[in-house]
Amino acid sequence: MTMPVWAERPTRAGASVKGLVLALIVAGVLFPIYMVVLTSLSTQEAVSAAGGLVTVPGELSLAAYRELFAGGVVTRSIGVSLGVTVVGTSLSLTVTVLAAYGLSRPGSLLHRPLLFLVLLTFLFGPGMIPSYLLVSSLGLIDTYWALILPTAVTAFNLVVMRAFFMNIPDEVTDSARIDGASEFRILWRIVLPMSKGVTAVIGLFYAVGYWNAFFNATLYLNDSSKWPLQVVLRQFVLQGQSMFVGQTGETAIGGQVMPPSLAIQMAIVSLALIPVLVIYPFVQKHFTKGVIIGAVKG
Amino acid sequence: MPDRVTVVSPPDAGPVGGLPSPTGPRGKRARRHPLRARLRRDWQLLLMTVPAIGLLLLFHYVPLLGNVIAFQDYSPYVGIKESPWVGLSNFQWLMLDASFWDATLNTLTITAFQLVFYFPIPIMLAILLDSVVRPRLRLFIQGIVYMPHFFSWVLVVTLFQQMFGGAGLLAQILRDHGWSGIDIMTNPDTFIVLVTAESVWKDAGWGTIIFLAALAAINPNLYEAAAVDGASRWRRMWHITLPGLRPVFVLLLILRLGDALNVGFEQFFLQRDAVGRDAAEVLDTFVYWRTLLTGEWSYGAAAGLVKGVTGLILILIANKVAHRFGEQGIYKRS
Repeated sequence: MTMPVWAERPTRAGASVKGLVLALIVAGVLFPIYMVVLTSLSTQEAVSAAGGLVTVPGELSLAAYRELFAGGVVTRSIGVSLGVTVVGTSLSLTVTVLAAYGLSRPGSLLHRPLLFLVLLTFLFGPGMIPSYLLVSSLGLIDTYWALILPTAVTAFNLVVMRAFFMNIPDEVTDSARIDGASEFRILWRIVLPMSKGVTAVIGLFYAVGYWNAFFNATLYLNDSSKWPLQVVLRQFVLQGQSMFVGQTGETAIGGQVMPPSLAIQMAIVSLALIPVLVIYPFVQKHFTKGVIIGAVKG
Repeated sequence: MPDRVTVVSPPDAGPVGGLPSPTGPRGKRARRHPLRARLRRDWQLLLMTVPAIGLLLLFHYVPLLGNVIAFQDYSPYVGIKESPWVGLSNFQWLMLDASFWDATLNTLTITAFQLVFYFPIPIMLAILLDSVVRPRLRLFIQGIVYMPHFFSWVLVVTLFQQMFGGAGLLAQILRDHGWSGIDIMTNPDTFIVLVTAESVWKDAGWGTIIFLAALAAINPNLYEAAAVDGASRWRRMWHITLPGLRPVFVLLLILRLGDALNVGFEQFFLQRDAVGRDAAEVLDTFVYWRTLLTGEWSYGAAAGLVKGVTGLILILIANKVAHRFGEQGIYKRS
């Protein structure tokens, strides 16, 4: 990359200060994650030797994960979280893509009032209490749909998607329309293949929303066997509540209560963390200008 | 109705970025067609919007109507239709409720604190990131700092607990060196610093996106001309970079003020018990604890409605001010 003439090389002191600050910022983000994952992978002896959280790798083991995946609360909650995320994201993405395309042509029938209806939801949330009463009167308490339907459509995502669709020039779809293709076909065969980036990003937004959803679950699910991972994380790690032996899958001393070991706690944290870490790099490249920036700036 | 409030992209400004209008034969001329013809032409588009509109109507607009219980003495056993109407008495009680005002004061204090100690950080970070010349390195750092935005609040609070809590890394290190351990997670006096630090860790990186876009839009010729005229690095930053960021800065600042009653719910919900109500009760948690734990539905709904309506007024004022400053109105969800 050639440097513009006016961007003279920074002084050595300036460059090293900048480098140091950036390195500290990156370390500040990565270090807690590193520490948690490392502790979850350490043996009980390594945890004891470190006096708690492990920062220097010692003896490693997968024992914590084996215990968690042997069946029990955590295994089940991961299943719940994955299921809600997959079903919810598919539903949200389908509904959002359809509506974004349906609203992408100004001048179409009812275009203005419908758009207004969507945009107005930005200004005024429905409120926690009336929402709860509605979900409860629909009979959705203690069902997984309570975690999906109320948040299935986000006006923000819809508007971002719509802005992207509106940027696709008409000429692209006109010939198909003249050939008599239906709007659904045009959306599926022409518009969506051109919009992979924005679809990936909006999909990530929805998926992360479902995976991270915590408060809806505490509000709408009384039945602890239906809890998603975030609620379990709060219960057993943040609040340090005791797990019944056996809830972790361990069956040695039946019925006895003991707090989960630090490695197990950190394994639960890691399990909440890892899916985001895995999917994120694939979507991150689409964050670049055009998708989010174009939409956010309007 | 706030017809000038523009949400993210202006509803009828047509395509973003000056591309040719996609209206074509479906543009303004279409309005002359009779309804039947338009229906025949657009029914597929309409059909596509049905699921989303239905979901929004059901889960957004119907509960909006449910706010009428704020004017009732609502009981879940008899329902909205049968519950007695009590006029404004819930609101009267609310105005006399010291704990409501405490929650309001906490909310506003936290907003003010974060305006000073959170708000400028994404700008500084954006300028720093923008100065990284090597594209791959820059993309890598951006990727890292955006990431925590995608973590849940449970996760973020847990990570902070592991670093700074009573059994966390900091306390562990202090104890190893013979000092007594400290527990920042349960100290009400420093709570405001803690929640701000958490917000910075989680969202400051993501917040740079909009400033990076503004930086990219600054005409490089300005820098060149200034450099030719002998302006130093710092002078160029002061006279070109910062003025280039001003419109976005002013806009976001006004919108943050309009959003002053929202400091985030889950973050406070999760930590309220650890530090106590005096420091951590904000308006949203007040509504939750007053209603769902005591069964005072109408009272909680009244508190929620007061917050919602005040928030709406603040946003509309903020938007007006934004127009006054010559900025395009945006409402950005936090």
